[in-house]
Amino acid sequence: MGGEERLITGGLDFGSLTDKVSGIVEQPTPKQWYLLFGLAISLALVMVGSIGWLFWEGTGTWGLNNPVGWGWAIVNFVFWVGIGHAGTLISAILFLLRQKWRTSINRFAEAMTIFAVICALIFPGIHVGRVWIIYYMFPIPNQMEIWPNFRSPLLWDFFAVGTYFTVSTLFWFVGMIPDLATLRDRATGLRQKILGFFAMGWRAGNRHWQNYEMAYLMLAGLATPLVLSVHSVVSTDFATSLVPGWHTTIFPPYFVAGAVFSGFGMVLTLALIARKIYKLDHIITVNHLEKMNKIILVTGSMVGYAYIMEFFIAWYSGNLYESFAFINRAFGPYSWAYWIMFTCNVITPQIFWSRRARRSIPVMFVASIFVNIGMWFERFVITVTSLSRDFLPSAWDYYMPTIWDILTFVGSFGLFFTLFLLFLRFLPMIAMSEVKGVMPEADPHHYPETTGGEK
Amino acid sequence: MSMTHGILARFANPADLLKAAEKIRDAGYEAFDCHSPFPIHGMDTAMGMKRSKVGYIVGGMTIVGATIGMALQGWASTIAYPLIISGKPLFSWQAFIIVTFALFVLFGAFGAFFGMFHLNRLPRLHHPLFYSEQFKQVTRDAFFVSIEAHDPKFDEASTRSFLEDLGGRNVELVVGE
Repeated sequence: MGGEERLITGGLDFGSLTDKVSGIVEQPTPKQWYLLFGLAISLALVMVGSIGWLFWEGTGTWGLNNPVGWGWAIVNFVFWVGIGHAGTLISAILFLLRQKWRTSINRFAEAMTIFAVICALIFPGIHVGRVWIIYYMFPIPNQMEIWPNFRSPLLWDFFAVGTYFTVSTLFWFVGMIPDLATLRDRATGLRQKILGFFAMGWRAGNRHWQNYEMAYLMLAGLATPLVLSVHSVVSTDFATSLVPGWHTTIFPPYFVAGAVFSGFGMVLTLALIARKIYKLDHIITVNHLEKMNKIILVTGSMVGYAYIMEFFIAWYSGNLYESFAFINRAFGPYSWAYWIMFTCNVITPQIFWSRRARRSIPVMFVASIFVNIGMWFERFVITVTSLSRDFLPSAWDYYMPTIWDILTFVGSFGLFFTLFLLFLRFLPMIAMSEVKGVMPEADPHHYPETTGGEK
Repeated sequence: MSMTHGILARFANPADLLKAAEKIRDAGYEAFDCHSPFPIHGMDTAMGMKRSKVGYIVGGMTIVGATIGMALQGWASTIAYPLIISGKPLFSWQAFIIVTFALFVLFGAFGAFFGMFHLNRLPRLHHPLFYSEQFKQVTRDAFFVSIEAHDPKFDEASTRSFLEDLGGRNVELVVGE
């Protein structure tokens, strides 16, 4: 990818780019926004109601049984955390790799990350039955003088996801300060004061930029191993147990690849909608989308490799239970879920070998939806098939969700979209200062009369 | 009481700003800054600035975080609440690496965040530059140099003409404290 390629098209310059992006939050609230927000928040209330009923009645309202003690709650948790991986991947790893095209999409990918992690954190928070003692998860001194078990992956998870949420939020906020200052300088009255408060008094001086850029680099450097570790830690929830189909060393890299895959699926879905509604085709160009599709193709193929390798190792290990677990996944009572997963995750992205498909908006929109569906089913297949058919046939049972499982999950999308719509309405969804920084006009060598001066 | 904060001058583009910064540096000014909507490549050298110290703060904080992480787990598992779990040693440090790593990253990130604000002396919601009407353009598409009055080389008339000679436009005296 040549550095000469123009990332931003449509003849936008610094000023018109600022007008375009700031204009989105400065215009009066569009009617469609109210409509969508009403829908989203109603759906979020469905989740609140379902959780209320869960608290009142207990986890018996869910479809859990013996042996399937981990149902949709963990599936949804892993699903949402996985989606939350794209944002930090785009902002941190692609930053370190100097992929300039990331600037057009990083802001809302990061926002998406944070909102997805919020949705994810709800599920472990509510699944414990006695929510009023959820604080047992925290390592805090208490009157019983007991401490959490630091050898448990569930506790690692608490630290990993908690750190991930905090670091992603800091990263997001730091990145937004110059843009909040832009909005501040365009506003008047109370709005100016509120934005000014959050812009921290940013004056855009190079003495500030220097520390700012170093802090951003440091955050990217810290977030890069973090983003790779979070889903690895999540996978140890499964991999450190002895359940057939879970107890494998491929889990950490396989989970990370799946997380990036699903995250890009969701970023693409949202980006295509936002791009259409807010007419951002010159900022999020087809070239940007094509690059994202390439990442989807790569990570989707990695996931496919992992599926096949799991089968191979199950056979090669000679372990009866392991072999059975995989035959059962593909041909047992949950084979329908397995094949949905396989089709969506392995076959769908292969369409992106074709350049025409990579650059076609309808194709990529449909593919991104399939990726989202497929990745939810992946977590369902992993969790439920292994548990429902473990070692002894006498312990087997078929798991079905209840209406409360379904409403809680569907409602979590309501929460996600509520937060996302608020973000689109009130905060700059394109990282203006970063996009300006990668425009050719930002380079002092762009101007012919420059001699460069003495160094 | 109003007093002179400094002089603000606008430049046309990043290249002009960079050239001006080099000249101001060579003229011996120290209390000056170049304001731009985005960081400009090469500006640190042009202004004669040293490397940012944020990295040292982050480095120190990561060590603090990792130490706290390992110490917390080691202390809780051996002294505060020694409990044998699946036959493992009380101080099973291998299992403690993950939380140690999480706190390493967490503290490092706090170091980067608060360290950057501290070194920049932000948040500071009031600043004389904000009284300038044209300065509002800096977060949009404008490039400015500000030279502060407390610089020993600062002299209202000569600094002003110096900036004008460098190609600065809309040269403005900024008043405030």
